[in-house]
Amino acid sequence: MTADLLRVENLQVAFSTRHGTVTALHGIDIALKAGETLGVVGESGSGKSVTSLAVMRLLDRAGKITGGRVMFEGRDITHAGHADLRRLRGSALSMIFQNPRAALNPIRTVEQQIVDVLAAHGKLSRANARTQALDLLRAVLIRDPEARLNAYPHELSGGMCQRVMIAMAIACEPVLLIADEPTTGLDVTTQQTVMELLARIQAERGMAMILITHDLGLAARWCDRIAVMEAGRVVEQGETVALFEAPAHPYTKRLVAASPTRRSTLADLAPPGLARDAAPVVTVSRERGPGTPPLLELVNVVKSFGGPTRAVDAVSFRIPQGGALGLVGESGSGKSTLSRLICRLIDLDDGDIVFDGESIARTPAREFHHSPRRRDIQIVFQDPNDSLNPRHNAFDSIAYPLRRLEGLRDGTALQARVREAAARAGLPLDLLQRFPHQLSGGQKARVGIARAVAPRPRLLVLDEPTAALDVSVQAVILQLLDRLRREDGIGLLFVSHDLNVVRMLCDDLVVLQAGKVVEAGPSQSIFQRPQAAYTRMLLEAVPYFDPQRTELLKTA
Amino acid sequence: MSDLVLNGSSTGRHIVYVLRSNPVTALAAAGTLLLVLIAILAPVLAPYDPVASNVPQALQPPSWAHLAGTDQLGRDILSRIIWAARLDLMIAVSAVSLSFVIGAVIGGFCGYRGGRLDRWVGRFVDVLMAFPLFVLAMAMVAALGNRVENIVIATAVINLPFYIRFARAEVNVRRNAGWVEAARACGDSHLSVVLRVLLPNVLPAMAVQISLNLGWAILNAAGLSFIGLGVTAPTPEWGIMVAEGARFITTGKWWLVAMPGLALMLTVLCFNLLGDGLRDILDPRMRT
Repeated sequence: MTADLLRVENLQVAFSTRHGTVTALHGIDIALKAGETLGVVGESGSGKSVTSLAVMRLLDRAGKITGGRVMFEGRDITHAGHADLRRLRGSALSMIFQNPRAALNPIRTVEQQIVDVLAAHGKLSRANARTQALDLLRAVLIRDPEARLNAYPHELSGGMCQRVMIAMAIACEPVLLIADEPTTGLDVTTQQTVMELLARIQAERGMAMILITHDLGLAARWCDRIAVMEAGRVVEQGETVALFEAPAHPYTKRLVAASPTRRSTLADLAPPGLARDAAPVVTVSRERGPGTPPLLELVNVVKSFGGPTRAVDAVSFRIPQGGALGLVGESGSGKSTLSRLICRLIDLDDGDIVFDGESIARTPAREFHHSPRRRDIQIVFQDPNDSLNPRHNAFDSIAYPLRRLEGLRDGTALQARVREAAARAGLPLDLLQRFPHQLSGGQKARVGIARAVAPRPRLLVLDEPTAALDVSVQAVILQLLDRLRREDGIGLLFVSHDLNVVRMLCDDLVVLQAGKVVEAGPSQSIFQRPQAAYTRMLLEAVPYFDPQRTELLKTA
Repeated sequence: MSDLVLNGSSTGRHIVYVLRSNPVTALAAAGTLLLVLIAILAPVLAPYDPVASNVPQALQPPSWAHLAGTDQLGRDILSRIIWAARLDLMIAVSAVSLSFVIGAVIGGFCGYRGGRLDRWVGRFVDVLMAFPLFVLAMAMVAALGNRVENIVIATAVINLPFYIRFARAEVNVRRNAGWVEAARACGDSHLSVVLRVLLPNVLPAMAVQISLNLGWAILNAAGLSFIGLGVTAPTPEWGIMVAEGARFITTGKWWLVAMPGLALMLTVLCFNLLGDGLRDILDPRMRT
């Protein structure tokens, strides 16, 4: 029985705000041994990040530790002075952040930034600063490390930025690394390689790690022990396999239920309480008889942005009336460009887009708002935080397309339509007066969906609508979309990098790589028997929530 | 979280909150309000006719009869200051509104469209800003004629570059936001995206500029009158009053310059202090 490397005892943190003091942590107890990996899981607002910032003593001025203590290597660092903390941070305790690009200094090269870290802790011998930096880049397995030394952050991909961050974090050989959502926002394949890298470095150096994540799949795969947080409390803590196989706390149960496994269907994800609709589902007959044109058909669509490469290269597919098609690919595969082409926000270079038997590609994008088809095709954007006008409250956001597209004026008709759209998106009506910054991510996503369904479109383009959401919110949103499709017959084009999510919602799948279709067909068969190597790679990288797999990895 | 729910009076409560948490803004707002009231009620408030000369009473120091003293023609300085507030505020407000509206629209389009239009307007603004701006204003008033409208136009033109640049930069960082694309999917043309969606979002940041600019515009108008361009002699105007009074400083008749000068200074100070508070009031994100 070795002593704990880090012990957090009854830690309490409060923030002083305009509305008085808000308690963020109500007494957290966690402990970590050297070399161990602890997963801290929970949804946004549960206090995961506050915990890590409090341990690092990086809380901003409004936040204060109001009780409890943090013991590191047997020392109480709760009230350590600035000089002590500076020595500790980086050299003994280190941290990597969610958005690596934002955490790197944009005007300094990779080499300069790594050398800065080394110099700050006196670990630098001037003569071989470059060699040391190079060794670190090699340790994080960056391709062509010599060239990367002179690169600026904007010249690197998101995955490479995260590697540089990791190199900086391990530069002074810390004994504890805190990784706050290290892979959120990265492609699934990059996600996997970054996690493999972290696990390798950790094993090589005997470093302990706290992995903060909202992704249970990730936590189950890489952590020895898990602490589940909800509303500033640790509600359950234990060995990964035991905890996930038999969750005791209702919140853990709900999280586990909402995390999609390899076999789960949409209905499986239903959170208890928010039960499946009791009302019988009215299935809209999808076939309108033979000879009905497909809802949407793309014929050899081409788009380039002035460069030699085509962002979208001869893409063709079709969505039947009321059908659901998944468009899958990594960032840079052209899927976002394609969704904007279909929504006619940008013009295509070549090919044709046929909506309900009528070509809509001939109207230029700048004139398309006059087209009667404008209201038939609506879009839900990726980042709910970025897709609502900050000056509009929820009501005005949802009313906007009705005012603009249908010319509705303020009055009972508009009120009714907004309320109807909000109800269809599952948005509580008392939230309609709130501004975006007063809504949670999931609520904003619902406003975005309500706005898109308000003008009663026939095709809904969903650009990674759940990428920024917590798992339980994701589950609810997916079910909501499925219901919109079944009850209202709205066709869906679901754009995502997460094959597992797409599989549950969509009948058909199109896999896109570098602007080209590499594979297309029914989702179940692609999921079970992928033909293209790229599809197989995407499938393997998905971090399924699967506790048993941890066992396999550990014994292997 | 129920205390976050907003109701009808939320705007009022928000203004009260901003003012209470920031006493300097509250003071500046009170000063500005007072100034506007004085300007509107000038005919009622002014104890004497601002242009009627009364030579026997010339150059009287401040007394109970003439709180701010009298000038070389025996006119009551307080009455002239009160009437001048009307004219100076009108010049400043109309000049700033003119440059704000035109500048925001031009800058908004440049920031949204980018490309050739943006480059050409950008260079034009650079050229305009390379002139000594006050000299440019002098030249314009001299060329167009000594009238109040021309002071307004000249002041508006020399303020224009700042508004164009500001609006351009603020719109440019927002043009790829999801809610801008969303507005297009909701049936907005490029034109209405700029006018209905982007510019209102830029307004809070521009409020600071507007407020600082008002003070600057008053100084500018007073400056033009001071050197004899713009508003002409008998009309009460702070710049002219300072210019005419300057002759008597050497003989110890300080009130001729100090009183209008003080009014000018306090006005500019109020506007300058108001800016930050105005931004907090206009920005819905500050309503937590």
